Amino acid sequence: MKARFLIPLGIFLALALLLGIGLTLNPRDVPSVLINEKAPTFNLPDLFDPEKRVSSQDMQGKVWLLNVWGVWCPECWREHEFLNHLAKDEGVTFIGIDWRDDREEAIAFLTNKGNPFAAVGFDPESEAIMDWGVYGAPETFVIDKQGMIRKKHTGPLYQQVWDKEFRPLLQQLEGES
Amino acid sequence: MIRAWLLLLLLLPLFSQAAIEANQFDDPEKEARYKQLITELRCLVCQNQNLADSNAELAQDMRRKTYELVQGGASSDDVVDYMVKRYGDFVLYRPPFRLSTLLLWLGPFAILAGGVAILLVFIRGRGRQPGAQLSDNDLQRAKALLGEEDNKS
Repeated sequence: MKARFLIPLGIFLALALLLGIGLTLNPRDVPSVLINEKAPTFNLPDLFDPEKRVSSQDMQGKVWLLNVWGVWCPECWREHEFLNHLAKDEGVTFIGIDWRDDREEAIAFLTNKGNPFAAVGFDPESEAIMDWGVYGAPETFVIDKQGMIRKKHTGPLYQQVWDKEFRPLLQQLEGES
Repeated sequence: MIRAWLLLLLLLPLFSQAAIEANQFDDPEKEARYKQLITELRCLVCQNQNLADSNAELAQDMRRKTYELVQGGASSDDVVDYMVKRYGDFVLYRPPFRLSTLLLWLGPFAILAGGVAILLVFIRGRGRQPGAQLSDNDLQRAKALLGEEDNKS
C-alpha cells in the first residue's frame, strides 16, 4: 500500500502509451482485405480510344502495378512526375484507372504532364473501383504473375516508399514463376 | 388563421427531404432494408459518417451499389458481404466479434471491471484505517468535551 501514490502515475503512463500508439497510426490507412487475394478483373473503355477496351486479363503472367488516379485529385498531381520516372527509367509497368474524370481533361493532363501508363482504363462511374476496394486516389496495387494482389499503397508514391516497400517486392515477384 | 399557417410551416420540413435521392423500389420491404443498410455501413472517406449521412462521392457510389444489389434481390447479408469483401470489416459500424476485434468489444468492460476493482480496494482500505482506535486518554478528553457541550445546551 505504500506504493499507492504510484497508481495514478501508472494509469497515466498506460494512457500515454496507448494514446502515443494511436498518434503513430494513420486512420486513413484502412488495411486492404484484398492482399494475397485474386485480383478482381476489370474491363473498361480505353481513355484514349472509347472503341478499345483495357482489361486486367491482358496482363496475365506479368508483374504490374495498377494506379488509380483522377485529375481532380491533388495527390495524383504530386506523384505524377515520380510515376513518369518509374515508368521511363525503371521500366515499371503501370496500368492506370482514370476515376470519375472528364475524358477530355484526363487526356489533356496526360498529354501535358507525360503518360507513365501502358494503358489507361476510363472509369467515370466507379464501375471497377468498388471491386478493388478503392476509397480514395491515388491508390497503387501490385499484382503478381499469378494475378494475385500482393500490395496496396494508399496515397502518393514517393522515393522512400518505393525504395523501402516496392522495389524489393517487385524484384522478388519478378523472380517468381 | 394564424394557426393554420403555423401548422403549414411546421409541416414544411417534411417535404424538404424528398429532394435528395430518389431511388425507386418495387417493394417497400427492400426500401426498408436499403435504409437500414445505409445507416449501418460506413463511408470510408469521411470515416465517422455512415453512408446515409455522407455526401462524399464514394458514399454516393456505395449507396448506388447498395441500391442496385437490394433492388436486384440481394439479402442484407449479401450486401454486407459484398462490402466487407472489398473494404474489410472497417465498413461495418457493427463489427463482428472475432479475435482482432476482441479489444474493441471487451475493452470497455475490462475498463469497467478495473474501475470497480479499484473502487473496492479503496473502500476496503478506508474501512481498515485505524480511525476507531483512540487511546484512553483521547477518549476521556473527547467525552469531557462532548459532555461540556451537552451540559451547555
